[in-house]
Amino acid sequence: MAGRGIRAVVVWAGALALLALFITFGKPLAPWAFDWPRAAELPAARWISALMRWLLNDASFGLFTFRDLTRAVAAVIDLPYRAVLGLLSGGFGALPPLGWLAVTGLAMVIGHRAGGWALAALSGAGFLFIAVFGQWTSAMVTLASILIAVPIGIAGGLALGLAAHRWPGLNRAITPALDLMQTIPVFAYLVPVLILFGFGPVAAVIATVIYAMPPMTRITQLSLSRVPSELRDLGQMVGCSRHQMTWKVMIPSAREGLMVGVNQVIMLSLNMVIIASMIGAGGLGFDVLAALRRLDFGAGLEAGFAIVALAIVLDRISQAMAQDRPGARAGHSYLLVALAVLVLAGGLTMVLPGAQDYPAEARLSTGTFWSDVVRHINVNYFDALEAVKNFFLLNLMIPFKRFLIGLPWLGVAALLALAGWRLGGARLAALSGGLVVVIAATGLWEEAMTTVYLCGIAVVIAMLIGLPIGVLAAERDSLWPGLKLVIDTLQTLPSFVYLMPAVMLFRVGDFTALLAVVAYAIAPAIRYTALGLQGVDARLVEAGRAMGCTRGQILWRIKLRLALPEILLGLNQTIMFALSMLVITALVGTRDLGQEVYIALTKADAGRGLVAGMCVAFIAIIADRLIQGAARRARARLGLET
Amino acid sequence: MPRPLPEPMPALKPGPMPEPMLVCRDVWKVFGPQAARVLSDLGPEASADQFVTKGHIPAVRAVDLEIGAGEIFVIMGLSGSGKSTLVRCLSRLIEPTAGEILFHGENLLAMSEDRMRDLRRHRMGMVFQHFALLPHLTVAQNVAFPLEVQGVARSEREDRARRMVALVGLQGREDAFPRQLSGGQQQRVGIARSLAADPELWFLDEPFSALDPLIRREMQDEFIRLQSVLKKTIVFITHDFDEAIRLADRIAIMKDGAVVQVGTPEDLVMNPATDYVAEFTRAVTRPKVVPVTRLMGPVTGPDPDATLPARTRLAEAAPLFLTHETVRITDEDGRTLGHLHRADVVAMMLEG
Ligand SMILES: Nc1ncnc2c1ncn2[C@@H]1O[C@H](COP(=O)(O)OP(=O)(O)OP(=O)(O)O)[C@@H](O)[C@H]1O
Ligand SMILES: [Mg+2]
Repeated sequence: MAGRGIRAVVVWAGALALLALFITFGKPLAPWAFDWPRAAELPAARWISALMRWLLNDASFGLFTFRDLTRAVAAVIDLPYRAVLGLLSGGFGALPPLGWLAVTGLAMVIGHRAGGWALAALSGAGFLFIAVFGQWTSAMVTLASILIAVPIGIAGGLALGLAAHRWPGLNRAITPALDLMQTIPVFAYLVPVLILFGFGPVAAVIATVIYAMPPMTRITQLSLSRVPSELRDLGQMVGCSRHQMTWKVMIPSAREGLMVGVNQVIMLSLNMVIIASMIGAGGLGFDVLAALRRLDFGAGLEAGFAIVALAIVLDRISQAMAQDRPGARAGHSYLLVALAVLVLAGGLTMVLPGAQDYPAEARLSTGTFWSDVVRHINVNYFDALEAVKNFFLLNLMIPFKRFLIGLPWLGVAALLALAGWRLGGARLAALSGGLVVVIAATGLWEEAMTTVYLCGIAVVIAMLIGLPIGVLAAERDSLWPGLKLVIDTLQTLPSFVYLMPAVMLFRVGDFTALLAVVAYAIAPAIRYTALGLQGVDARLVEAGRAMGCTRGQILWRIKLRLALPEILLGLNQTIMFALSMLVITALVGTRDLGQEVYIALTKADAGRGLVAGMCVAFIAIIADRLIQGAARRARARLGLET
Repeated sequence: MPRPLPEPMPALKPGPMPEPMLVCRDVWKVFGPQAARVLSDLGPEASADQFVTKGHIPAVRAVDLEIGAGEIFVIMGLSGSGKSTLVRCLSRLIEPTAGEILFHGENLLAMSEDRMRDLRRHRMGMVFQHFALLPHLTVAQNVAFPLEVQGVARSEREDRARRMVALVGLQGREDAFPRQLSGGQQQRVGIARSLAADPELWFLDEPFSALDPLIRREMQDEFIRLQSVLKKTIVFITHDFDEAIRLADRIAIMKDGAVVQVGTPEDLVMNPATDYVAEFTRAVTRPKVVPVTRLMGPVTGPDPDATLPARTRLAEAAPLFLTHETVRITDEDGRTLGHLHRADVVAMMLEG
């Protein structure tokens, strides 16, 4: 044990010393190891752009062209979208849309059906909030996109998951694709979708479906494979046909897991619909985006709050549905009540115009209030805030960034290959080293290192804050429920929302991005730490107490050590969250891969966007595989795994 | 030295075996890739180790069985001996690697999927160790499930389900969900469901193993009562020898995938074929396996008022003789077969 420890230290010290030597003296000897030679750059972006052009202009399936196909898909989505949008917001010709009273009433009926009076009240309050603060129209546009994207995402994910469950070959084929889809940053999807489907709500719905489907597929596969084999045998023994087996045995038995997937699809769709405002989704996301561009904090925050309200209502309703106990349902009566609400609200609009559009004179606006707050802060605390920002920038961020950008790609590749080899053998070594080389070969090394620098610092800070909070929550049971509610809620918020407060205080730049990323990525750091510590075998803690360990000793020597694998997984999640947020911070002017994707988006350059997006995915994959390897090793060492 | 048992009375000598309903010929199940090739390469005499070194598991090895109509056939053996795998082969839930399975003389393994489905729908039923109830359905809906799958009209299947639920003594709980029931009650639902389609061949895979000993005993009594009404052909799996001798007409003992001996409980105790079987049956006293018919005499004098069914074992019958001198032994239809006297029972019990 000690011998192995010493060997590891020697290996790493040797490798780092070599790297340091190479950095100091290597540049004149092998400049190509620092900057990938331009001539050898992979023209991947050009290839992809050419492929897109070919798809758009020449690709044909005999009977119809690729163009026809995208047009057909767009038309299929456009029709129901228009119907829902008309219902919620635009109306149909002379026919007005559902009024705010009707929609709020319906939301309350659904809330009651899913989780009783408390949830009905929450749903009502959420929609009332949106109406009172004058966000109704935008919120309905956003809701319309979600109402179209969610069923498609669920049905598609379910179908793909079912197929993968039935044909193991397909399963093996789509697993790596799903992995990649979940790590490619959202912006990167937007570019090809934009090119294929044009600017507008339909393209946004398509991007949303593409984004939300992989988790549903994966959850479907997982929950189906967890159905006890006895239940499958039962289905066979009573003579189920294939169809009956799927719909009467497998899916109902996997229901609980599937509902978790549904919740995921809804929350991811909301997140994406907000982001997809960049390709024409409209609605609340567009309001935030426009406010960000104008630096109009009041308006941005109000739209942000409306998103939060919508997110909380959607999340709580879909979670309650997942726990919904079968048998507690009386579907017909709810349908009747819903109809009654519609008729009543419709009747009211005849006599009371305020039941249709929320009366303007009863609206509240906090926009100016928030703008005043920001102005006040900036007037009075500008120097203090600026000092904090500059301190961090000058002493931590800029030096670290310079250091990373100065690293030779060859050295980084070698170092990560070594880490991969130590943690998981030759395959992992080849994967991590190889991906670094590919990133360098795309010519995006500097952007990639900027991404790593921001992500790295953000993750360290998030862990430094999240770990102690997690430890505290695990040690004091009374803290946990409240804290859990807070981080659950934080996680339901679309990533866009996090940008607003940071920009308000620090305007654009890397420091602002850092704050938003830390705020977004802190939830998993807290959650996994707390869960890991709580999951430590109580008998071992008791044994420690019996040996006379102090509280501190128990924490350090027993609990933290045994919870290490779980905490590593938390670190992994924190990195994934940080990367996905980091890409969005391109909006506040970072100079990383995210910016590259964002520029590609504004120029509709699919090749450039996808290549940069893939580089982010590669960084995520390297981090993920290395940490998983470390967690596996930790588990093996602790004897937690056979 | 126990005295030799008297020969059974001529009328009770087992006649020719009833027409076998299910026959199993040289059935093998080897788990692993390309199992059939591995099996033919290694040959039937290969040891388990030879399979294991190739990464294969011989779960069922060269099993020959004949199960008669109306018989309770118990398969018993230790955990991992291949019992579940064998029954899953018999019902073709898994495809045997080699061999033949004849149901009423027709080879199951050659049947089309459609025909097999039809057979399972109408002629086979199965009870599972962990109940396998569908969590989203009520008791009544679970019981009606096989009928729903067959496309039976709602009113008819509800009616049938209600009768089945009553048959297993759960009336009043029709609208409960499985998770609201105790383990014993859940298994009653499982039993009711397996009987809903009125199968002729009834598989039970360790149906009572997940239950507490007291409940288990109660469920065994229930099972005996049900079978006295239903008269199914039964393949019953257990790893509990006491359970096996209580319920079985015949028992097959399995070890490492092979059937070591097949016989009546009495045969196994009196004439164990191998040391392994002897070891199994060592703790069992003869009165536990000897049926009352074995000691009864011809009808003499007036019929006594106490009666016992013919399949009762002596050990179970003994308490009745505390209050009775003579007991009448009846067949399933209540006809008198003979009289059993206290002196004979006492002598047998004392010998142990
Ligand atoms: N699907 C499978 N794949 C590989 N091996 C299997 C499979 N099913 C069973 N086995 C193996 O076959 C052997 C027999 O298993 P089986 O379940 O038939 O035993 P059993 O007698 O029913 O045991 P138990 O009393 O525990 O239920 C075991 O060694 C088991 O590990
Ligand atoms: Mg078994």
